Amino acid sequence: MWKFLHKLASPRYFYAISGKFIPWLGWLTAVTLLIGLYFGLVKAPPDYQQGDSYRIMFIHVPAAWMSMFIYVMMALWSGINLIWNIKLADVMTVSSATLGASFTLLALVTGSLWGKPMWGAWWVWDARLTSELILLFLYLGYIALVSAIEDRRTAARAGGVLILVGVVNIPIIHYSVEWWNTLHQGPTVTKLDKPSIHLSMLIPLLIMAVSFNLYYLTVVLMRARIEVLDRERRSAWVRELFGRPE
Amino acid sequence: MIQAFNALMKRDLLLAFRHRGELANPLLFFLMIVTLFPLGVSPEVVLLRKIAPGVIWIAALLAALFSLESLFRSDFEDGALEQMLLSPQPLAVLVLAKVLAHWLVSGLPMLLMAPLLGLLLSMPDPAIAALELTLAIGTPLLSLIGAIGVALTVGLRRGGVLLTLLIMPLYIPVLIFATNAVTAAAAGMPIAGQIYFLASLLVLALTLAPLAIAAALRISVS
Repeated sequence: MWKFLHKLASPRYFYAISGKFIPWLGWLTAVTLLIGLYFGLVKAPPDYQQGDSYRIMFIHVPAAWMSMFIYVMMALWSGINLIWNIKLADVMTVSSATLGASFTLLALVTGSLWGKPMWGAWWVWDARLTSELILLFLYLGYIALVSAIEDRRTAARAGGVLILVGVVNIPIIHYSVEWWNTLHQGPTVTKLDKPSIHLSMLIPLLIMAVSFNLYYLTVVLMRARIEVLDRERRSAWVRELFGRPE
Repeated sequence: MIQAFNALMKRDLLLAFRHRGELANPLLFFLMIVTLFPLGVSPEVVLLRKIAPGVIWIAALLAALFSLESLFRSDFEDGALEQMLLSPQPLAVLVLAKVLAHWLVSGLPMLLMAPLLGLLLSMPDPAIAALELTLAIGTPLLSLIGAIGVALTVGLRRGGVLLTLLIMPLYIPVLIFATNAVTAAAAGMPIAGQIYFLASLLVLALTLAPLAIAAALRISVS
């Protein structure tokens, strides 16, 4: 097990193994996405209050889950990178950032589209919306920092520190925003208050969540492969694969 | 260790007082931003009184950020920072000395100026007292959190805007609790809860931030 992990952490093996996984993951993503969308958009019954417009939830909720999940994964990888100095971990962190930011943006946009007919406004300063927006800022700050530093290795390590600081702060930000909102806003907009969701809606939702996870895995591996190639472009094994660079 | 802490703090304070002109800049900045609000929004007393806590605190956030930007700059340029990294003393302690010295010359004057700004925005007396209290706890917190961002961007040429992007989201809890305390005090409500929360954030930052700053410096200066 450990031997396999050590092998996997070397860029060369990672490149080879991930290349084998990506097509499988890609197909699994497509299949689960189709099944999830079919059951979500066609099979699931309309909501008794919101009619059909609730169906955006099948995109919105998994995207919101992913936005937080990816940040936590980035924090884990940054920790691994800072403690054990494993290059592959920082490749994964850097490759995840844009995906995490995209999922956050997707969650915000879909939420906003849903909010217009339901709440009558594109945006309300609701606690959850605000913390999601701040999460987007954290992602964008990370991306800005990493792209501002010339040296890749330094960039990844500096970004790692920022991510870890962010992960300590996220619960604080989240609860302070929640507290701020409950104090400031008198007549609160009722959220999609979690009723015990019916199975016919829950199952497509979970399938979509699985699909989004698979999508993330597929794309992050593809991005990581390119990042690895770019970093190792002067090493022997890359030259062997692609011939000599200029 | 304590000796090194004291020596570094003395040095930084001395350096600051040799450049007295620069000391006034963040203060002027603080004053000017607050002045813009009555001009830009409305000079109406009721409205000003309502937005005063937010205005003063946002001005304080920005002033803290701009003054922090140069925290490690000159030390980085003349190589003193590298000597600090190489010294046998724990870097986190040295960094804490620098942040503390910086707060004494930038945060403390803001604290002295805040009542004046409160009067300009016609805040009631209890609100001014609460403002002082929140600034006293909050500005060191701003310095500590901000220093992490400064340490991460120290080697970069265009660090200023980037610093703002990195640090602003992390300042949000401080802003929320501080302005809330001031607003509550103006309405005659107890503010112990908000103050305790700010104080606990300060304790957390005092323990963890120096470590993060030290780690960030080691990465940036290499």
